[in-house]
Amino acid sequence: MSAKRKVIFALPLLITVVIFGYFFWALTKPGRDPKILPSVLIDKPAPEFDLKALDGLNVPGFARSDLISNGKISVVNIFASWCIPCLAEHPDMMKLGQRDDINLYGINYRDKPEDGLAWLNKNGNPYHRVGRDPKTRAGIDWGVYGVPETFIVDATGTIRYKHVGPLNTGDLEGTILPIIDSLQTQ
Amino acid sequence: MIAELGQFALIMALLAAISQSILPLIGAERLDSRLMAFGSHASLVQLLFVILAFGCLTQAYIVSDFTLLNVAENSHSTKPLLYKISGVWGNHEGSMLLWVLILALFGAAVAAFGRNLPVTLKARVLAIQAMIGVGFLTFLIFTSNPFTRLLVPPENGQDLNPLLQDPGLAFHPPMLYVGYVGFSVAFSFAIAALIEGKVDAAWARWVRPWTLTAWIFLTGGIALGSWWAYYELGWGGWWFWDPVENVSFMPWLMGTALLHSAVVVEKRNSLKVWTILLAILTFSLSLIGTFIVRSGLLTSVHAFAVNPERGIFILILLAIAIGGSLTLFALKAPALKSGGMFSPISREGGLLLNNLLLSTACATVFLGTLYPLFMEALGGGRVSIGPPFYNKTFIPVMVPLFFLVCIGAYLPWKRADLVGVLKRLKYAGLAALLALLIAWYISDGGPLLAILGLGMATWMLLGTLSEWADRIKLFRAPLAKSWQRAKNLPGSSWGMTLAHGGLAIAIIGMISTTAWKVEDVAVLKPGETLSVAGTDYRFDGVKEITGPNYSAVEGTFNVSQDGVYMATLKPEKRLYTVKRMPTTEAAIYSTFVGDYYAVIGDPDGKGGWTVRIYREPLVTWIWFGCTLMVFGGLVSLADRRLRVGAPADKRKKKKVREAEA
Repeated sequence: MSAKRKVIFALPLLITVVIFGYFFWALTKPGRDPKILPSVLIDKPAPEFDLKALDGLNVPGFARSDLISNGKISVVNIFASWCIPCLAEHPDMMKLGQRDDINLYGINYRDKPEDGLAWLNKNGNPYHRVGRDPKTRAGIDWGVYGVPETFIVDATGTIRYKHVGPLNTGDLEGTILPIIDSLQTQ
Repeated sequence: MIAELGQFALIMALLAAISQSILPLIGAERLDSRLMAFGSHASLVQLLFVILAFGCLTQAYIVSDFTLLNVAENSHSTKPLLYKISGVWGNHEGSMLLWVLILALFGAAVAAFGRNLPVTLKARVLAIQAMIGVGFLTFLIFTSNPFTRLLVPPENGQDLNPLLQDPGLAFHPPMLYVGYVGFSVAFSFAIAALIEGKVDAAWARWVRPWTLTAWIFLTGGIALGSWWAYYELGWGGWWFWDPVENVSFMPWLMGTALLHSAVVVEKRNSLKVWTILLAILTFSLSLIGTFIVRSGLLTSVHAFAVNPERGIFILILLAIAIGGSLTLFALKAPALKSGGMFSPISREGGLLLNNLLLSTACATVFLGTLYPLFMEALGGGRVSIGPPFYNKTFIPVMVPLFFLVCIGAYLPWKRADLVGVLKRLKYAGLAALLALLIAWYISDGGPLLAILGLGMATWMLLGTLSEWADRIKLFRAPLAKSWQRAKNLPGSSWGMTLAHGGLAIAIIGMISTTAWKVEDVAVLKPGETLSVAGTDYRFDGVKEITGPNYSAVEGTFNVSQDGVYMATLKPEKRLYTVKRMPTTEAAIYSTFVGDYYAVIGDPDGKGGWTVRIYREPLVTWIWFGCTLMVFGGLVSLADRRLRVGAPADKRKKKKVREAEA
């Protein structure tokens, strides 16, 4: 009876020890970042697609084959003229577009081609290739659920990273560029 | 210079806290009154130094001193003054400083108001309170120093997260923290009682007002947070079962249980061990809440910046605090004598059932919040738990609780006659049935569960009112006499009626807006009209406006019903220039029966704009109900018996002594 009673009073402590074991595990496990949502596409080959160019823009459209043709790492950015956050991250894209050791491709998502063209003419076109996706066919295959989104695809055409929403202050230098660098040295 | 002063003040506060956590304990052991009295002085010194540190940081924010890393990262010179001040606690370091400030404030309040506390108990309570302070001051100074200088100060700061630049959110964190940290007093009292090996009515009478204070602020803080989510996030929702919301809700559930069980200890000298455990668990959950938000353990929309080093530090701190107190509980609690016996159907039984249901509800929220983590640890991959989980687990536990609230209020102590109580509630029952039928008729047989829920909430409201009416003999005695009785009703009794009634009203709001919310999204050109739930929203176009640190487009909607003008709504879409972060500012026209809620989205490039319109029936009842609960808590806190409780007990003791002699 007395021993049983002791166990009952120690029960809260025992449960707490177990819960703290979990906390400790989660904090010390290397590389665990809860902010990265699991994406089914990470480490999977990029989907098949073939997007036409925006008429009047001086860069061509692109297809899946363009992701693996020149041995460079590709950054695929989903943008639209109606998307205000896209404008917010546009300066980061302009910076990224100046690098010639990577491909920067844009998918003009759920947009009228003339609006997408006007937007790029007004704000500047950072992209080496731009494909138009007015009916969101490619967007669905890429698993787009918010615009803008940014994917990093390695030279074999495998998606390695996905960023949902605009690149905020520090995301480019803190996250995107280090990933590109680490993929380049691999 | 001022920042260095702040840094110095923090170190002095730590030294005060260290001595306060050791000397009074020794004093209480040796019955050395000078060492015991030291606790009171040290707690005041500690408070003064923390106030000084907090003042220094606030000053740095007000004058935009960007040589401080913390200010440069979280402020901007063009920010309005209110948000410069609220920016002090809108970041990890500053919010920890606020946390420590409130902790010191509560410690000093115990020292100041606890004049007639037994001296050994007071010394021990202050020592425990100081131990918590030592932990968090160490954490602050060594891992989260708000006074770190920048070698190369920037031209201007990076601005506060725009979502936090809102009057509702300026006051939400301080209120929440007063709630969290307020439970530290109940915790310290529980630990001190375990050390003393004694829990009595006087102890409970001391614990109750502190718990009540914490509960009032926590209720207010949670309500303010949900109100903010409702109008700022632009989704028209008010509760998302987000981990960060849950970690504030869990101490609330446990604290509510503690509030009720402390009554049993005070009035009947029973449920003592359970109350001690509740006091420990309530504050432990507050600590875990503080920890989870800062450790990056779980995914959440409003978490602080993640730093693993900090996470480990605070985890060790928590392990010491929670593990240590529960070890003490395991060792000492079995020796505590249990008090008066009671039959299952009695007020004690009712309150025990209330406790069991609230604890179970809290456990389901705990499980839901941490389940993803447990699954991941066991190799089950990342999962996310959403509202369906809580609808299936949390709500079924709360339903019987709500149903029993007004029955419990009728039960007398020791032994009760359930049939008699139910007879007295027959009018409330009939009225609830009537309300159920009316809801069924108005909603055309809408969702059955919502209609049943409304019936139950009405039962709870009317049952509570009928208990109050019985107490003052309303309609059974002359009105003047009822008025007299109402005036003589103790504050805690008024508080109960207000809090229970407020809860019922809040539930009516929650059910209605969840079940009968109407929303519509459309692309409108200026001059076009969208009709939602019988109300016409004419879109009168947009214009560009500029705020102090943002630019925005503002849409105008003319709201009318059957051609009769009702309101003009002007929702905004802001882009904060520094953080380049867009926010939506919903426009809401609130009425007693529901809200008309408009959000302006993006242009479609052809002259049209995406607009979202929500009709939220009875949604303001949620916050009206919460306000009533807070008010009920305040009224109960003002009860004279709580304040002069301890002397009354001395008289009783004297009588006992006389009887023994």
